[in-house]
Amino acid sequence: MSEFIRTENISFSYEDAGGGIHPAIKNVSLSIERGSFVAVLGHNGSGKSTLAKLFNMILSPTDGKLYVDGELVSTNEGADDDTIFSVRRKIGMVHQNPDNQIVSSVVEEDVAFGPENLGVEPSEIRRRVDDALATVGMSEYALHSPSRLSGGQKQRVAIAGIIAMRPECIILDEATAMLDPSGRRDVMSTVGKLNREAGITIIHITHDMSEAVLADRVIVLNEGEVFLDGTPQDVFSEVELLRSVRLDVPQTTALLYALKPYGFSLPKGIFDAKSCALHISGELKRLGTAREDTN
Amino acid sequence: MKDITLGQYFPGNSVIHRLDPRAKLLCVVLYIAMIFVASSVSGVIFSVFLTLFLIILSGIPLKIFLRGMKPVLFIVLFTTFLNLFLTSGETLLVDFGFIHIYLEGLCSSILIVVRITLLVAGSGLFMTYTTTPIALSDGLESLLAPLKKIKVPVHEFSMMLTIALRFIPTIMEETEKIMNAQKARGADFTTGSLVNRAKALIPVLIPLFVSAFRRADELAVAMECRCYRGDEGRTRMKILKYTKSDIAFLAAGVIFVIGMILLNRFLPIYRLR
Repeated sequence: MSEFIRTENISFSYEDAGGGIHPAIKNVSLSIERGSFVAVLGHNGSGKSTLAKLFNMILSPTDGKLYVDGELVSTNEGADDDTIFSVRRKIGMVHQNPDNQIVSSVVEEDVAFGPENLGVEPSEIRRRVDDALATVGMSEYALHSPSRLSGGQKQRVAIAGIIAMRPECIILDEATAMLDPSGRRDVMSTVGKLNREAGITIIHITHDMSEAVLADRVIVLNEGEVFLDGTPQDVFSEVELLRSVRLDVPQTTALLYALKPYGFSLPKGIFDAKSCALHISGELKRLGTAREDTN
Repeated sequence: MKDITLGQYFPGNSVIHRLDPRAKLLCVVLYIAMIFVASSVSGVIFSVFLTLFLIILSGIPLKIFLRGMKPVLFIVLFTTFLNLFLTSGETLLVDFGFIHIYLEGLCSSILIVVRITLLVAGSGLFMTYTTTPIALSDGLESLLAPLKKIKVPVHEFSMMLTIALRFIPTIMEETEKIMNAQKARGADFTTGSLVNRAKALIPVLIPLFVSAFRRADELAVAMECRCYRGDEGRTRMKILKYTKSDIAFLAAGVIFVIGMILLNRFLPIYRLR
């Protein structure tokens, strides 16, 4: 796997109306591999959304360098419009509020919006729109009005609008935060499919632990700095560290962690109910026999 | 409130539905010109029958058109009465106290009723009932495209129209939500004087505006993220194309307008005004 996005000591500060400076990202150096599925975690104000906006060049860093696809694209001197355009056609972004990113009152026209902006041939746009809607499972709604769709469906339309632009990477900026559980499941399975089947790099910004475990890498941000970085198995075994920055762990990990003082072992990477139950029953047997032995 | 569909598009697949939106817009212009030119008895009767024929062709039930007349009913009645009582002429029909009705007044009020009715029916027929708002905005952009040369922001206007249409149901839903939230806090929107009721709407409008501005901001960012940079280098998925029926409709429109002018010129005896 080759490198797709690289940041070198990137920093960003917000300036408030009174001239005060609030650092949001401090000296972050990261490298994101092409085709990977990365979850970015952090509590409110940790800088995770700012990081996403830097990747997509909505914001320019106050310091440091951003490389996309091997090219230096963004420094504190800003960037020219053509560079921004070329980065945005490689990196699509799905935003938090499903309503505020749909432009047209017909689903297929909205999906066509991105490719239209890129100047794609009309017949090719048609093909891409149909493909994109089929990929997210929304073909039957092509001629519907987005206002009648559920949140999860709207978000899938938004994803279709991005994939019709044929990007190499999709950033989901808390794209599941406003959805109900079934909407979240739909979006996550769509995103997972895009990652596995189309090889699209996914950067999923979230504070939902059960979604983060689906990724193959988890980056935890705290106070604008990278706090933890690794596989979900490694990151979520750091229960105390995560709790120290006001983050939770997946429920299964929390349960196993609570059982630890009673002699239960805490293995890495148990994130679903079934393997958790199996592990507990196994541990119960082991502890039971151990007790009998001592008696 | 949620079921308000702007423009009351009436789905169908008639000849008129399938016309190119640009052709429909031009047809409306020609149609309006024809109605205003028609002032002979035969011309007006022809216009009425033409409109009825088009309505049948569109397959839209007549009662939809009648319902569309409701909002203009007051204007129709008002101008009719003004014309009926205030127009003076040579042939006195009714002379009762201070009421004088002349033949000329009767004729011009009939003409006005017919004209307004036909205008409302015709514009509904070609635009609101048979064309989706989005197609209308596309048609308008394409028709006005030559104005881009003299720096008229045609694309921007059409984009604004598209976005406005997109957000009407969203903002409506939000208004309802905010009103319910304020009602839950004891706000009263239905009783009291007009001034009080208007005042009660302030706590609805302020959050609505704040949220609309936030939406606008987020939408602008989302549009930029999707590589939107105005009209420059932009293509469209759907290309508008004139077909034979578009040309036929436009040709008929031009012929009717010219026909009406000739009719007025050569049959002045039957002129209504």
